[in-house]
Amino acid sequence: MGISSTNNETAPISTANPTQNRKLENPLDTVAGLPDEPLVVIEPNKGWSALDLRDLWAFRELLYFLTWRDVKVRYKQTELGVAWAIIQPLFTMLIFTLFFGRLAGVPSDNVPYPIFAFTGLLAWTFFSNAITNSGNSLVGSAHLITKVYFPRMIIPGAAVAAGLVDFAIAFVILVLLMIYYGVGITLNILMFPVMVLLTTLLALGTGMWLSALNVKYRDVRFALPFMVQLWMYLSPVIYPASFLPVKLRSLLLLNPMTGIIEGFRSALLGRPFNWIALAFSTVITLVLLIYASYSFRRMEKSFADIV
Amino acid sequence: MKPIVRATTLGKQYTIGTREAAYDTLRESITQAVRAPIRRLRSGNGRRNTDTIWALKDANFDVQPGEVVGIIGSNGAGKSTLLKVLSRITEPTTGRVELYGRVASLLEVGTGFHPELTGRENIYLNGAILGMKKTEIDSKFDRIVDFSELERFLDTPVKRYSSGMYMRLAFAVASHLEPEILIVDEVLAVGDAQFQKKCLGKMSDVASEGRTVLFVSHNMIAIQSLCKRALWLDGGSIADDGSAGTVVRNYLSHSFGNQSSDEEIWPDIETAPGNHSVRLHRVQVRSLDEDSGQHLTTRTPFCIDVEYWNLQPGANINITLHLYTEQQAMAFTTGSGSGDPEWSMRSSPAGLFRSTCYVPGDLLNVGRHRFNVFVIKDLSSVLYQYESAVTFEIFDLDERVVSQYAREPGVVKPNLKWKTEQVGAL
Repeated sequence: MGISSTNNETAPISTANPTQNRKLENPLDTVAGLPDEPLVVIEPNKGWSALDLRDLWAFRELLYFLTWRDVKVRYKQTELGVAWAIIQPLFTMLIFTLFFGRLAGVPSDNVPYPIFAFTGLLAWTFFSNAITNSGNSLVGSAHLITKVYFPRMIIPGAAVAAGLVDFAIAFVILVLLMIYYGVGITLNILMFPVMVLLTTLLALGTGMWLSALNVKYRDVRFALPFMVQLWMYLSPVIYPASFLPVKLRSLLLLNPMTGIIEGFRSALLGRPFNWIALAFSTVITLVLLIYASYSFRRMEKSFADIV
Repeated sequence: MKPIVRATTLGKQYTIGTREAAYDTLRESITQAVRAPIRRLRSGNGRRNTDTIWALKDANFDVQPGEVVGIIGSNGAGKSTLLKVLSRITEPTTGRVELYGRVASLLEVGTGFHPELTGRENIYLNGAILGMKKTEIDSKFDRIVDFSELERFLDTPVKRYSSGMYMRLAFAVASHLEPEILIVDEVLAVGDAQFQKKCLGKMSDVASEGRTVLFVSHNMIAIQSLCKRALWLDGGSIADDGSAGTVVRNYLSHSFGNQSSDEEIWPDIETAPGNHSVRLHRVQVRSLDEDSGQHLTTRTPFCIDVEYWNLQPGANINITLHLYTEQQAMAFTTGSGSGDPEWSMRSSPAGLFRSTCYVPGDLLNVGRHRFNVFVIKDLSSVLYQYESAVTFEIFDLDERVVSQYAREPGVVKPNLKWKTEQVGAL
C-alpha cells in the first residue's frame, strides 16, 4: 500500500502562511497499510444471523463498565445504600416465615423455615431482579442505542451481571443464618457455583428476550412485574416441591426455576439433589438461551429505529 | 488508491404509519378512534396503512484514507441517517459499506454520561462506550483531564456540573479517541464560541494526523476550513460531491438563491406601503460582482435599491437606511442626504424615483442582515418609515486556513492594512 506521500493535501494546516496550504511532511504516517479485506461490511441482513461472539468478546470491557455503572448508581443517594440488597430478601423471608411457615404451616423439608425460605428467596430475588432490570434495560438505554454502536446484548447482560453483586451481598446473610441455625455445609456446596451459573444463564436468556420484545411492544413493561409475581408462586420458593401432589409436581418441572431453587437448597443445605429436575432446568435454560440470543440478534437490527 | 470507506447503492427506508383519513370534527375523530382498532381486528392481519420514505437513497461514494469529508444538506436530507448507517447504529435497507479501518462515531458528546457518577467515573464509562479499552483510558486519563480543565471537579457528580463543564468533559473524552475512521455529527452546534473553537481546533488536529473523518455540520465555515471534500445530500441522495468550496457554493446558491427575499416589490401604487406623500415601489439587494453569482460574500460589493413614488411635487426627499445584523445590532446608518450631495437639496417632481446605496466589499461581517428604510423630507423629518422584509446573508467563502474556522466577532469585517517594523533596539 503506497499511501505515504501521495496525499499530502488532505490537511490544509498552516500557521505561518495563512494564504496557502503548506504541505505537511507525511500526514498519513499514522495510518498503516490498509487491510485487504474490509474489517467491517455493513449490509442489509434480513432474517437470522450469526451470534458473532467475537464481536461480543471484543466489547467485554464495556460489559464490565456497564455492570459497574449499574452497581455504582443503584444505591446512590439512598440513605441505606447497599443494605437494600439485604433488606429485600430478609424482610420477605420474615414475612414468609410468619405467614407461611408459622400461620399456614407450610412444610419445609425438615429445615428451619427461615433458612428454607431464605435460600429460595436468595435465588429468586436474584432471578426476578435480573429479569426485571434486564427486561427494561434496552428501553432505558435508548440514548445509547441511537447514538453509538456496540453489541446490544451487552445491555441486558450488564443488567443481569449487576444483579450478581446484590446476590453476593445477600448471600452473606444466608451464611449468618446458617451459622445461627447450625446448618453445616457438605460436599454438595461444590454444586453451588453451578447453580449460580445456571440461574445467571436462565436470567440472561429470559431477560434478553424480554428486553428485545420490550423495544417493540412496551406491553412487556406492564406485563413483567405481574409475570414475575405469578412465576414466583409457580416456583418452590415458599413451599417445597414435595408439598405438591405428584401430578402437579411433574408439571412444575417445566418451570426451570423449580430445579434451580431446589438445587440451591440441596447445594447449601446438604439435601439430596433432584437430578431430574436439574436436568430439566439445564436443558430448558440452554434452549431458551440459544433461542433468545438468536432472536435477539434478529431483532436488534431495528432497535435504533423503533426504540 | 484503495478507499478506506466504500459505500455502494446505500439506501435506508423508514416506515411511517399514516392515519386513515383526516378527522374533521371532534365527533368524527372520536368515532374514528373507536372504530379503527375494531376494523383492524376485523381485517385480520392487523396490518396498518403504511407509508415508506427513503431517508437515504442510492448513495455511492468512496473515501480515501486521510480524507476529511464534510457532509452538508438541509434538515431531513439524510445526513444523520448516513452517519447512523456508517457507524452501524442502524442497518441499511439496500447497498453495502466496506470499512477498512476501525470506526468510532461521535454523534453526540457525552453519550452515556451518567449524572450520578463523578467526572472521573464518567471519563471511564464514556470512554468505554465510545470503544476505548481501559488501559487506553488509563494512559490518556491525565491528558483528558488537562484538556477538560476540570481537575478540581473530578470527584463531583456530573449532575452538579454546569452545562459548559459537562460539555467540556464530554468533548475531552471524545477528542482522545484514536480510530482510523472518525464519524462526527454536528457536535459543534452546542456550547459557546470558545468551546466550539476548541472543538474545531481538536478536529483539525485529528484531520492533520491523517485520520479519515466524516463530518456533518451546518457550519459552512467549519466545513470549508476543515474539509477538502464535501458531500451534499438532498432528499436522501447525493446531490453533489467534490471540493468543499465548490460543493458549499452550489449548496448555498441552491438553498438561498431561489428565495426571493432579496427583493420586495409593490406594483400597485394604491396598496404599496406609504402614505399620502410617498409610497414605496421596490426594495432590492443586488450583488455588484458578476462572478459571485447569487450570494454575497464578505468581499462582494453590493447595493441596496429603494424605489418610491413621490406624490408631492416639489418635495425634497432623501432615503436613509438603518442596517442591522442578525443579532439586532445596528451595523450602520447611511442616507442619500449625506451620501449624494448633488441630490440631497434638490426638490423633485411627482414620479417614480430610485435611490441606490453602494456598499463596498470588505465591510460587513458574515451573517444575515436586514434594514429599515426611512423616507426623509427636507433632511429633517421622517415622512415614512418601513421595516423591510428583505434580508440578505453574507457568506464567508474564502479559502480559509484551519486556525480560523469560526465567524469572527464584530459587526464589521474590514480588510485593514497592517505594517510592523522595529522601532528601536534594547
